[in-house]
Amino acid sequence: MLDADFFRRWMTATAALVDREAERLTALDSPIGDADHGSNLQRGFTAVTATLEKEAPDTPGAILTLAGRQLISTVGGASGPLYGTLLRRTGKALGDAAEVSPEQLAEALRTGVDAVRTLGGAAPGDKTMIDALVPAVDALGGSFAEARAAAEEGAEATVPMQARKGRASYLGERSIGHQDPGATSAALLVAALEEASGE
Amino acid sequence: MSDGKLVGIVLVSHSAEVAASVAGLAQALSGGGVTVPVAPAGGTASGGFGTSSELVSAAAASVDRGAGVAVLTDLGSAVLTVKALLAEGDELPENTRLVDAPFVEGAVAAVVTAATGADLAAVEAAAVEAYSYRKA
Repeated sequence: MLDADFFRRWMTATAALVDREAERLTALDSPIGDADHGSNLQRGFTAVTATLEKEAPDTPGAILTLAGRQLISTVGGASGPLYGTLLRRTGKALGDAAEVSPEQLAEALRTGVDAVRTLGGAAPGDKTMIDALVPAVDALGGSFAEARAAAEEGAEATVPMQARKGRASYLGERSIGHQDPGATSAALLVAALEEASGE
Repeated sequence: MSDGKLVGIVLVSHSAEVAASVAGLAQALSGGGVTVPVAPAGGTASGGFGTSSELVSAAAASVDRGAGVAVLTDLGSAVLTVKALLAEGDELPENTRLVDAPFVEGAVAAVVTAATGADLAAVEAAAVEAYSYRKA
């Protein structure tokens, strides 16, 4: 079972990975975006860990809804409402249980990913975070390591895609050949799950 | 009509200058003696380019007169932030709507219409109609 500590570790590990990879995310966002993805997410997840320490929510659902809210209010770019919605909806789907099973987490994450798809109007193949999240959620029936690998593969698979959402979509064919920064950061969020589990 | 209360308008842009300028333009073009509550919510709270959910919430609260609030946005994160706030349920005044309209033309149409005392649906319809004005 996964308790509140697991979810706190998940958010802390995400913040650490985003910190470490911020420059790479921004570099990926430079040819096809507005070169702020790394710094935006860094600001958001720094705020998330600070808030979690201060308010110390004690259920998995409360941790994720608070984290999501914090991302919406601090990021400043499109990744704020998108990641914010992902975590909030996942958190709400978990309800107020003190512990959840990996299966419940997988199911809740699917609800969160569906909410992101509705908010952003993106489908798989549009070269967005969805391309990493959907395969990750599908693989969550197995281990966190499998989910991590699926997310990373999904992010890499965005390289040959032509962007159909967000600023990169204005570039048309020139968006081809670049890995999507949103799919790359989504893979970090999934990788942090594995770290939190200590697998 | 809405009990003499005017619909409030919020203009969300990635740029503080764009939001403030469009607000000023729309108010100037609305003419007459009626001042429609219009609030810009541009850029991030730290003065950069982007969207601040806090600025959006504060702007919406400041123009709410009980007749509803129409929110117009420019691009990307502005749209997504307002949608996310609406989904939160309690972050924006009751009867707040994200209006699907061109930013500048829609803002002028919305403010002019709101100045007549029209209700939220009429303000929204006027702003949406701005899409059908062809320039070439």
